[in-house]
Amino acid sequence: MNSIIQLEHIDKIYHTGEVDVHAVRDVSMQIGKGEFVAIMGASGSGKSTMMNILGCLDRPTRGKYLLDGVDVSQLDRDELASIRNQKIGFVFQGFNLLSRTSALENVELPMMYTRTNMRSHEQRERAVKALEIVGLVERAGHHPNQLSGGQQQRVAIARALVNQPAMLLADEPTGNLDTQTSIEIMGVFQKLNDEGITIIMVTHELDIASYTKRNIIMRDGRIVSDTAVANRLSAVEELRKLREAQQAVQLAS
Amino acid sequence: MKIFATLKVAARALKRNKMRTILTMLGMIIGVGAVIAMVSIGNGAKSQVEAQIASLGQNVILIFSGSFTRGGVHSGWGGAGTLSVEDALAIEREVPGVTLISPELRSGSQVASGNQNWSTTILGEGQDYLDIRQWPLVQGSMFGEQDVRGANKVAIIGKTISKQLFPDGNVLGQILRIKNVPFVIVGELVPKGLSLQGVDQDDIVLVPYTSAMKRLFGATMLRGITVQAKSASALDDVQNEIIDLLRQRHRIQPKREDDFTVKTQQEIAEAATATSKVMTALLAAIASVSLLVGGIGIMNIMLVSVTERTREIGIRMAVGAHGRDIRLQFLIEAITMSVIGGVIGIVLGVLISKFLAMHNNWPTLTSPLSILVAFLFSAAVGIVFGFYPAHKASQLDPIDALRYE
Repeated sequence: MNSIIQLEHIDKIYHTGEVDVHAVRDVSMQIGKGEFVAIMGASGSGKSTMMNILGCLDRPTRGKYLLDGVDVSQLDRDELASIRNQKIGFVFQGFNLLSRTSALENVELPMMYTRTNMRSHEQRERAVKALEIVGLVERAGHHPNQLSGGQQQRVAIARALVNQPAMLLADEPTGNLDTQTSIEIMGVFQKLNDEGITIIMVTHELDIASYTKRNIIMRDGRIVSDTAVANRLSAVEELRKLREAQQAVQLAS
Repeated sequence: MKIFATLKVAARALKRNKMRTILTMLGMIIGVGAVIAMVSIGNGAKSQVEAQIASLGQNVILIFSGSFTRGGVHSGWGGAGTLSVEDALAIEREVPGVTLISPELRSGSQVASGNQNWSTTILGEGQDYLDIRQWPLVQGSMFGEQDVRGANKVAIIGKTISKQLFPDGNVLGQILRIKNVPFVIVGELVPKGLSLQGVDQDDIVLVPYTSAMKRLFGATMLRGITVQAKSASALDDVQNEIIDLLRQRHRIQPKREDDFTVKTQQEIAEAATATSKVMTALLAAIASVSLLVGGIGIMNIMLVSVTERTREIGIRMAVGAHGRDIRLQFLIEAITMSVIGGVIGIVLGVLISKFLAMHNNWPTLTSPLSILVAFLFSAAVGIVFGFYPAHKASQLDPIDALRYE
């Protein structure tokens, strides 16, 4: 299996005030193509820092990070921005869509910063295709405030997909959503993963993590556990169960 | 990054806060409008002065008699009567580059016709005076060399005289009594209106200088001489030669002061336009202050905008925007505001100067150059005052910007 991510002895130290904060200590790991990984841990465990480093938003203090075969640990700001643009699709907890901008234009946003020349109708086609994948093409003209939380997160996923990145990086993607919508979003991720897209997700919710294939648990900046998920949940199955339960409640009343 | 897409983003951002954008632009509108209007007023005044100077004629050199001092009182130029008719003839004869010349006397006097009378200025001149001044006649013709040689009693009158003494407009061949000496009117001058000093240039009677000397004032010396040089480039040479010739004729020792003054039209023009130039500069400087204030307004709003949109900047950076993309975006927003404000300001400024020209009868002159400069200047204001906020935005850390609430 060729690896998308290869970390070798990564350290991250923040120099804030008098005390140095050692957020990540000597982390080495590999994530292969087509994997679906959840990184878990309590707050302060270093998982957010890991997320920032994996997402090329931040650089490690020490160590080597190979992303899709490219050593990104020593790149400058602009080079990292181009890597993010080409290889990483972000999905955030707070959706982070541009307000008063249509769903379609939100999805087109990463292509605005793609250095290769692309015709605007080509951009539009790609954005529409990405919205089709998340099943929101009929809402393309809606603004974020006209969409539900789940729909907004789908738009964000479409935006993450539009440049055909090497991986999706999701930071607590279900943190702002209710249970049913969370399962729906995990269903979208599972479907994308089935089609071969690598997904890395940071979460602190165990049940959400059990929709993935591999769970990495962090504590005090180190990886303390890295296991394959034994009883993997299927979002389709769980949604069916949830609906049956709701129907049962309705019938009973 | 795509420039068209960036313009679209800028337009959307500016539309989002319409009131704020309009108020910010208003600073630019007022600033540019004020500059345009003020410079138009200044230029108008300057061009009016220049027109007046041009009405002296072309390539004209004026020679004034020196002043005299008696009992501590200076008489002013022309008072001493140091220039003679022979001086004038010598200049005409000996200085190359002189094409026309007119000896001059000037004095106030009462003139009368029938039972009407009027106090005016009598100007004694040579036959070429009107050619030098490029001053045409409405009717009749200028007196000739014969009239000058014979000290004939002929006169040319200005519009004011004809209005006061001959209301029916019939002036040619009429008798005008100057100091009770009867003169025949042979022509009427085209009206010139008020001079810069507010003197009525049409309140004038023109007679041959010989007639003025012998028949009216009993004078032997001239007040001045008007000379026309053959070209503008010859002016300085002619001026110097006249000075040399007159010093020689008046037997003035080296290092002693001239008892006459020679001024070229250019020197007179420079002196006259100096004031209006200073005024234009002053007006423009005052107006520029409001432009500066407009620029500070843009910077202020852009700083607020950058802070408000920190999260948006974070999102853009996360999906791959470089620092320079963000900088360009905010810079374009600032320039859009300043340029649109500038263009509206230009229109406003032109309208204001037109309005002043129409209602207050102020001469205004809006040059295409000042419009171009104002336009470029407003774009520059956008760049200069937009740069700091835009640069600040481009330096944000994407992680912090994304977390910004």
